[in-house]
Amino acid sequence: MIIPDRLSRMGRRALLSMSLKAMLSGSAIWIACHGSGRSSAAARITIDNFAFSPAMVTVAPGTEVTWRNDDDIPHSIVLTDGSDRSKALDTNDTFSHRFDKPGQYAYICGLHPHMHGDIVVR
Amino acid sequence: MNVNAMAPDRRGFLKCMSWAGSAMLWTVAAGVPRSRLITEAEAAGGDFTFAQVSDSHIGFDKPVNTNVTATFQDALRQVAMAPARPAFLIHTGDLTHLSKPGEFDTVSQLLGGTGLRSFTVPGEHDVLEENGRSYLNRYGKETRGDGWYSFDVGGVHFIGLVNVVNLQGGGLGNLGNEQLEWLERDVAHLGASTPIVVFAHIPLWMVAEDWGWGTADGARALSYLKRFGSVTVLNGHIHQVMQKVEGQVTFHTARSTAFPQGTPGQAKGPGPVAVPPGALKAYLGTTRVTLVRSDAALAIVDHTLAE
Repeated sequence: MIIPDRLSRMGRRALLSMSLKAMLSGSAIWIACHGSGRSSAAARITIDNFAFSPAMVTVAPGTEVTWRNDDDIPHSIVLTDGSDRSKALDTNDTFSHRFDKPGQYAYICGLHPHMHGDIVVR
Repeated sequence: MNVNAMAPDRRGFLKCMSWAGSAMLWTVAAGVPRSRLITEAEAAGGDFTFAQVSDSHIGFDKPVNTNVTATFQDALRQVAMAPARPAFLIHTGDLTHLSKPGEFDTVSQLLGGTGLRSFTVPGEHDVLEENGRSYLNRYGKETRGDGWYSFDVGGVHFIGLVNVVNLQGGGLGNLGNEQLEWLERDVAHLGASTPIVVFAHIPLWMVAEDWGWGTADGARALSYLKRFGSVTVLNGHIHQVMQKVEGQVTFHTARSTAFPQGTPGQAKGPGPVAVPPGALKAYLGTTRVTLVRSDAALAIVDHTLAE
């Protein structure tokens, strides 16, 4: 899924209104309003220089997490519980997964498994 | 350019003999503590020579190298024009960048154009679709499992291993139990004097663990080869030449024909490295290996594309 720039700008505005707690935790979280008027949460993780950033993200249940590959080399997202995996993401490609249930979800890059990150849903 | 100092150990012996341009010439006398200078002409006098190319990444188009097809062609031309025409070609993986059918087609066309028989193993970039099905459909015909196999040429036993499938959270290359059991059986009948050449994409030895440059169960594979007098391990993946001798085992990684990558301990990460304009070919290259039957040694010579 490609995230349009418009959504990105909305996300940045929404970021300002995020709770102090979330900001202190350092998580990059978007609260974006979609056209339907229904609110949903989104979080974004970038892949740069063979690392996920941020490597740990805490989100609320129902959040859609989107990874974007900013590297010159393809990467992929593999949830280690086996529930989902992306195709190889070339430069600027994105992949999204919605996390509905609370818990901690570890993931790796399927091409470079020394790259790893965690999504905490609570 | 500095020659890396490599201290001889008790059983094996390796010495960097000279640099000719940017090509390194060295001899390995496995199990016999002596070495000699091998010139190109002497190498050509060996029983046979084979060439290794690696990491062609066909499909890569980033600024570091916007024409990887051309540099791969240069590499293959260099191989084909070698003083000792190689008996065959080994490609140690990452033939393609994204496992796309068109990329595989280009690779097959270019390899076929050399007129040499080629043997391949997949890199992680070749198994991105359907668990490597598009690789196996083209290159898996006489292989087992995910594409491993062995063959014999000129009294040397060659083993192609696959360590890029089902990579796990440990961060390293992985051979897996099925392949390791096959390997143990594959070499069981061989005499200890048979020279062994193992080739696989990710280094079987630990080059840089925090970058994933090693194989988790590589040591178990090597344990099955301990009893052999000459074992040469050829890898790719890291896009630079590195060598190590451990007992009778010589480890060697080849340059890429596409782009250089960072050096462990120096670069921030293992990604592509931009080089000054005009200098790219000094960072790309091929490897030629010659069997020298007189002392059961393999001479490995690296050549950059700038030569």
